[in-house]
This record gives sequence, C-alpha cells and structure tokens, in this order.
Amino acid sequence: MTMLGDRQRLAYIASQAADARLNVELETEGMTLNIGPQHPATHGTLRIICRLDGEQVVWAEPSAGYMHRGYEKLTEVRTFPQVTSLVNRIDWLGSFANEVPFILAAEKLMDIEAPPRAQHIRTILFELSRIANVSLFLGDLGVQLGAITPVFMAFRDREYVLNLIESATGGRFHPNFDRIGGLKDDLPKGWIEETRSVMRKLRTFCDEIDDLLFGNEIFQSRTRGIGVIPKDVALQYGLSGPNLRASGVDYDLRRDQKIAMAWDKVDFKVWTHPDGDSFARCWVRLQETREATLIVEKLLDTLPAGPVMAKVPRIIKVPEGEAWVSTENPLGEMGYYVVSKGDLGPFRVKIRSASFNNISIVPWLLRGVYVPDVITILASLYFILGDIDR
Amino acid sequence: MMFAVHFPYWAQSLLRVLGGLVAVLLPAGTIVYLFLFKMMSFMQSRLGPMEAGPYGSMQLFAEVGKWLQKEDIMPEKADHSIFKIAPLIVLASTFLLVAVVPFGPDAFFTNFETGVFYALAVSSVSVLGILIAGWSSANKYSLLGGLRAAGQLIAYELPMVLAVVGVVIQAGTMNMQQIVVAQNAGEIFGWSGLGNPYILTQFIGFAVFMIAVQAELTQAPFDMPVAESELVSGYMTEYSGFRFLIFFIAEFATAGVFALIASVLFLGGWGIPFSWFGWNNIDQIDNWMNIVGPLIMFTKMMGLVFLIMWIRFSYPRFREDQLQRFAWKVLIPVSLGNIMLTAVLKVVF
Repeated sequence: MTMLGDRQRLAYIASQAADARLNVELETEGMTLNIGPQHPATHGTLRIICRLDGEQVVWAEPSAGYMHRGYEKLTEVRTFPQVTSLVNRIDWLGSFANEVPFILAAEKLMDIEAPPRAQHIRTILFELSRIANVSLFLGDLGVQLGAITPVFMAFRDREYVLNLIESATGGRFHPNFDRIGGLKDDLPKGWIEETRSVMRKLRTFCDEIDDLLFGNEIFQSRTRGIGVIPKDVALQYGLSGPNLRASGVDYDLRRDQKIAMAWDKVDFKVWTHPDGDSFARCWVRLQETREATLIVEKLLDTLPAGPVMAKVPRIIKVPEGEAWVSTENPLGEMGYYVVSKGDLGPFRVKIRSASFNNISIVPWLLRGVYVPDVITILASLYFILGDIDR
Repeated sequence: MMFAVHFPYWAQSLLRVLGGLVAVLLPAGTIVYLFLFKMMSFMQSRLGPMEAGPYGSMQLFAEVGKWLQKEDIMPEKADHSIFKIAPLIVLASTFLLVAVVPFGPDAFFTNFETGVFYALAVSSVSVLGILIAGWSSANKYSLLGGLRAAGQLIAYELPMVLAVVGVVIQAGTMNMQQIVVAQNAGEIFGWSGLGNPYILTQFIGFAVFMIAVQAELTQAPFDMPVAESELVSGYMTEYSGFRFLIFFIAEFATAGVFALIASVLFLGGWGIPFSWFGWNNIDQIDNWMNIVGPLIMFTKMMGLVFLIMWIRFSYPRFREDQLQRFAWKVLIPVSLGNIMLTAVLKVVF
C-alpha cells in the first residue's frame, strides 16, 4: 500500500510542477475534467478526475463508491443460502460466476463436495456467464472507439447465451442457481444439443469481431501501444484476469489451482500476449471467449451421470472457521474470505472483486495520455461498476 | 433557352426561397429516414422504426414533433445570445452552400463565375457556428469538442480546396454550371458516349474530396468533435429540443449539399451526356431537362450520401492527432500531386 501512496504523492507533485511550469511559460491553467459519474464510457457511475493540460492528462484518479450497495455488510444479516442472491449482483453481466466462489467457500467450511455432475454443470454455466460477459465487452469496445455496429451483433449473439442460462436456471441475469452441496436442478431436456449449436454461433461471432474490429487499421492504431502495462507493474498493482495475462503473465486460476470444479477434466489453452497494451487486453479477451466455447463443448462431451445435489442438512449451519476461495471470473480473480461463527449466516465476508484492483492502476496508467486514449484504456481495462463498488 | 413564363422579381425571389427550403430539407429528411433510420438498422441486424406510418416512414415527423415540444433548456452560465445564434449559423452555411448548386439548365438559384470558390468559402462558415456553440455552452466537454472541430474543419478545408483545383484546371472555369456542361459535352479520346465525368480523370481528386467531406461533416471515422462515447456529443452536449433539431438538420442537410457539390464536380451534375440527344452546348438543351435534371442530381446525391453513411456506420474513429496527421501528411501532398499532374496533362492534351 505504501507503494501506491508514494506513486500518488509523486503524481501529485508532478502535476503541481506541471501547473507551475504551464503558468510560467504559457500563462495557461490546467483544466480539471470529471469523466463521470454520468458518462457513457464508465459503464455506470465511476468518476475519474483528470487534470488536463490541453488534451493531455497530467493526473488522474478514479473515485469509486457512487453505487456502493454494502454487500459485505448485508451478507452478515443473511443466511448462507440467501447470500447467493446478493452476490450475483456484483458483476451483473456474469452473475453465475459470482455465486460459485462463495458457495465453494461455504462448502469448504462444511467439508462437503458437490457431486461430479454438479461440478461439471457449474463449470459449464460458469463458462457461459464468461461468454455472456465478455461478448458484451467485445461489442461495447467498438462503441467506445466510435464504431457503432459491433455492439448490436454482440447483443444479438449474447441473447442466445442468456437464453441458455435462462432455460437452465430460470434467470437470465441473476440465476441464483448454485446451492451449497450442488445445484438447484439438473439440466433441462434438449439443453445439451442447443448449447452445442449456440457455441458454434458464438465462434462465428468471435470470427466476425476478429475480422470487423480487430482487423481494422483504425482500431489497431487506436489501441496498439496505448496504455502499456509492463509485467512488473501489473503484478505490483494486483491486476488479474485478462488484464494480467495481456501483460505476459501466464497465470490462470482455472488451471493453476486445485478446486472442486471441472476445469482440470479438460485441456484448454491459457492465452497470453506479450505487449500489455490495450490491443493485447482486448485480444486476450477475444481469444478467451473462443476458448470458453471450446471448454463448454468439451465439458458437454464428458458430462457424467449422477445426482446434482450432495447430502446436506435441511437447515444449513456452517461450522466455525475461516475459508478463502477465489476463482478466475470473467473480469479476473474474484474471491470470498468467509468467516463463520457456526451460525446460520456468515459472521463476516470479505469480497475480493477483480475490477476494484484492476481499476487501481488507472492513476498510474492515465498520466500523460490524451483524452481519447483515456476512453480506450478504460474500455480495454474492462470494469463493471458493480464489481468495483459492491 | 429560358422558361416560357417570366416572373416578376418578387415572385422569383419567393420561388428561390421555397426552392432552397425544398433543396435543403427534402434531402435531409430522406437521408435521415433512408440511411440513419433504415440502412443503419439493417446493417446492425435490426429493423429500425416500424410503428409510425408504413415501415416507420412517418418517424421523422414524430421525431421533429418531439423535439419541438421539448423544453428550451439553457445552461445558467452559458452566453445566452451567442448560444442561441450558434445553430442558426451552422444552418445558414448550408443554405448559402446550396445557392450555387445548379439543378438544370435553367433550374438554379444563382449562377456566377466563381461558384466553386464561393461554395468552398461559405462551407467554412459552419466552423464559426460550431466553435461558438462549443465555447458558449460553458461546458468542458463542449469546449473540447468545439476546439477539436475547429482544428479538424480547418485542416480538412485545405485538401478539399486542393482537390477541387484539379477539376477547375481541367474544366477551365470556376462556374459550376459550365463545369457540368464541360463534363457532359466532353469526350474521352474522341468517344463522347459517356461525356467526360471528372471522376474518371480526377479520381484522386474525387477520393480526396470525399474523405475531406467526411471530415467536414464530422462523420465517423472523423467524428472526433462529436464523439458520443468520450465527449458526449461534444459541442452539442448542452443543446436540446429545437436548437438540437437545427444542428441535426444542418448535419444531414450539409451532407446532402456536399454530395450535390461532389456530383456537380465529379459526376456530371444534372446532365446526361449531350451526345445522346445531339446537343452541342447549353443553349440547345431542351426544357424538360429542368425537370429531369433535379431528379438526376437527387439520384447521384443519394449514391454519394450512401457512401458517406456506409463508411460512417462501419469504422471506429481516429484520434485527434492521427486525424491531423492524415490531413497534413497524406491528403494534402496527394492532392498537390494531383494538381501537378492535372496541370501537366492539361498542357499536353
């Protein structure tokens, strides 16, 4: 934390010096530009305070908390099964993925494990919510950069995934499907065949985006070399997920940790990019979406038979203890530190959400860039407001 | 040949004003409905407006009605009088521009020797309106948008002028009417079946002109000044209701008028190749061309606007510095080279 403080102090000194220099040399004064809280580029109510010299950002700081909903505190007055309906509102585009680490933490405390079929279906739904999340990012990316057409294609094809999630769980946005010890229900009839065809559609969508957006010269000139995060800086700021992998760090919790999920049953490639710029971050996400469709298909091939619910008591009391479980969510590493005192509900829950850490690099990253690049960088960092403010 | 009926001066003026309104508003409405509502929707796998009228064709009236009903909101710190004038200046530039466009052998508003020069001069009046709109809004985003617009419009004025110079050299006149005649009465290596539309000989000039038009209209990929996703529509941020409507009309009407000018300069304007009917000069043209001419112009304009809008809906936007670099380092040298080449070929042939 001291490092962050030092950086901010240095950045502030630099901005003061820049102001002094400007006032002496050109007799101009810097302008403070509030990007947000209401601004189309912030996906919600993030506020970024920028001090500008012309169109160049001298100093920038994100100001979060405009949509703080107090989830960590709210979990303390809920029972364990009730918490899932809260936490799937954190990253609202990939809701199911938010439920999983919490349920896994509770299962870890209770020392039970979901049956293999439940683990498989959990992983499939997890990857589907990743696709739903990142495909919207791929469309939204175009809008941020001024291309208005891709977002409609993204919404069109994301609809298929949401339909799948709805038909399996009953909820399009907030499934609330995960239970301690397994899942609420088994998959509906015909779901597997439908999923296969949707995965093919999604791969076509990825190809389209690859051609239309990533192959575009203007897109490349807007994103290549913009907002470069070196490996060590990415690690220092605790970035995770595609933002970290785009800086060349080969780290993916799906592969690198032993967890009661089905990712170890399939082979998949963890995509990394050496550049660390905006283009790399977008590219890694695109490849991950494509990889996720392949993971889903492979998991469907190896779906085991059996029950989807383990034996759990009717009234769930979690024994005393502490557990930390994190998973590789669409936005990055998301984890829950659950403290239980043996009651019906958790005593304390600390939520580690990916966007909050990813956005912490913004003051470091935005210094010296132009206003249009601020939008590019924010779009490529890809945060969800609910994931920052919780 | 002239009209058989002679109108008194006041009636002529009235006709010209009405004609000007039609020439500006009709293309603007058609462009908005056909391209902004329908073509964009089809490109984006949706239907667009479908409720108001058959296939949503009355949607435009609904939109205009909505805008006219809206409250006239003005920021408290805005410079009120200037804030009100700005959209009118932008629209005025469109009306001034359409004045020199010929639609037929006798169907024009004015016809004078330096028509092209005048058109290029009044087209830059809109910069003034945009700049003061950005400045008077008392909004930082508007200010940034206005400044970007000023820089961009001035930068792209130059390649536009230089692209037109090639046409002027080849036609040997700055009169728009005579440029049309020169193209339709011309011949390619002795064959006059197509006339000589300058898009063939001046293709570089045409390409540069259309790119510059794209930038002058602040359409994507050159929509840095309005950039909804970063500057929240730039200089138009604080405008709503009626004033926004004027900006909106001006944007699409100017697109139409620039397309008209481009079709005059490069596509042969209102004319059809004179050899088809055995005409040799403008005096022999039949009167019915005054009716057919505007239709031909309208068709050509729609084709060119389709091009503009197609690019607009397909590309992401440039950054400000990339935009300037493109104008100064690519377009201007290319158009200068085009002038050189045209001059040399003019002397040779």
